[in-house]
Amino acid sequence: MAWTRDEMARRAAQELKDGFYVNLGIGIPTLVANYIPDGVDVTLQSENGMLGMGPFPFDGEENPDLINAGKQTITALRRSSYFNSADSFAMIRGGHIDLSILGAMEISENGDIANWMIPGKMVKGMGGAMDLVAGVKRCIVTMDHTNRAGASKFLKSCTLPLTGQNCIAMVITDLGVFAREGNEGFRVKELAPDVTLDEVRAKTEAELTT
Amino acid sequence: MTEKIYSSASEALEGLTFDGMSVMAGGFGLCGIPENLISALRDSGVQNITAISNNAGVDGFGLGLLLETRQIKKMISSYVGENKEFERQYLAGELELEFNPQGTMAERIRAGGAGIPGFYTKTGVGTVIAEGKPVREFNDETYIMETGLTCDVALIKAWRGDTQGNLQFKDTARNFNPIMATAGKVTIVEVDELVEVGTFDPNFIHTPGIYVQRLVQAKCEKRIEKVTTRGPRPVEGDA
Repeated sequence: MAWTRDEMARRAAQELKDGFYVNLGIGIPTLVANYIPDGVDVTLQSENGMLGMGPFPFDGEENPDLINAGKQTITALRRSSYFNSADSFAMIRGGHIDLSILGAMEISENGDIANWMIPGKMVKGMGGAMDLVAGVKRCIVTMDHTNRAGASKFLKSCTLPLTGQNCIAMVITDLGVFAREGNEGFRVKELAPDVTLDEVRAKTEAELTT
Repeated sequence: MTEKIYSSASEALEGLTFDGMSVMAGGFGLCGIPENLISALRDSGVQNITAISNNAGVDGFGLGLLLETRQIKKMISSYVGENKEFERQYLAGELELEFNPQGTMAERIRAGGAGIPGFYTKTGVGTVIAEGKPVREFNDETYIMETGLTCDVALIKAWRGDTQGNLQFKDTARNFNPIMATAGKVTIVEVDELVEVGTFDPNFIHTPGIYVQRLVQAKCEKRIEKVTTRGPRPVEGDA
């Protein structure tokens, strides 16, 4: 059984360590906040200018001045702080954020990521994605292993315009967990229940070691 | 002492608008945008604006208003996903667009305001963003050069301002506002609350008045782009 979106988020949450400052992207990465393990205290950064992001507000308590990077209404915590966009990206680009979890359209075997642009389609922009992959200490991707047509998203080299080079340390897909150290290639670290290595290899263009 | 307080957003813009001008507008999404100054800029009828703003507003609100009236010639932004009219004009070749990574954009503005003409960053190395930009190695890592960014007029939204132009921002409505305030040849601020100088503890002023030339108090709609809640507040006493 391949993992669901929530199961992928739960697995990604296992990578959080006590005391981490973490930036979560939009989509599956946002769900990671629901699965922070007991005893692990993390501070979530929102690149629009907040550390210590709290949960969504109760009905009727929305504050238009308080949103996350996905433009959703959120709340503050006792630890929260606010700052301007240059300070926010100084945290990101200066290597002060421990971990970023983000989505991707394609990942290559040398850790390149493409997640912002499909040529010929309307380009919405990269937002903070290029800054995150260039500056955060460790970047993890959560994504489906294949696209809707069944083609691998885990490639020898990305076909789409890159967001960053040699910057992804771990990929968590519906089929398993794939990790790399330094400039090495990806190794199969875990498989989702009842997923076989043969199935993974059949659905992966990238070179994988076991 | 020059008087900084103006009675309306249109009055605050008077004498500053011209064809082909560059304008920065603070805000992230619709949070912390200078709503009244954007409307006043639209009403001024000025054309061929280069607009520098993280986003392009939504249809019919924020910078979306200036797109509807075709007053914007070029946008410099990091993400423009929420605006259909923007998409239409861009795909029709009616609008120039320059994407900047959000952190690069913020740093370009900060640098521009601080008199720094260029700087090096890792962001964008190996991507289309690096094309044509000077490259340099520092400590065995590759960096690209980006330039500082300034503008003719910066339009800023603050929470409170005093009669000297000292400003405080609220929550995540701060975002690009304080850095853009430093990067305008002229900076105009709209505030929710205007107070007498001396009201703020000097320790808690976010933007010193030196960066602010004009100030107006104006009521904002503060539209929320994506209302997201976790349900009703539990009644006290419930388990």
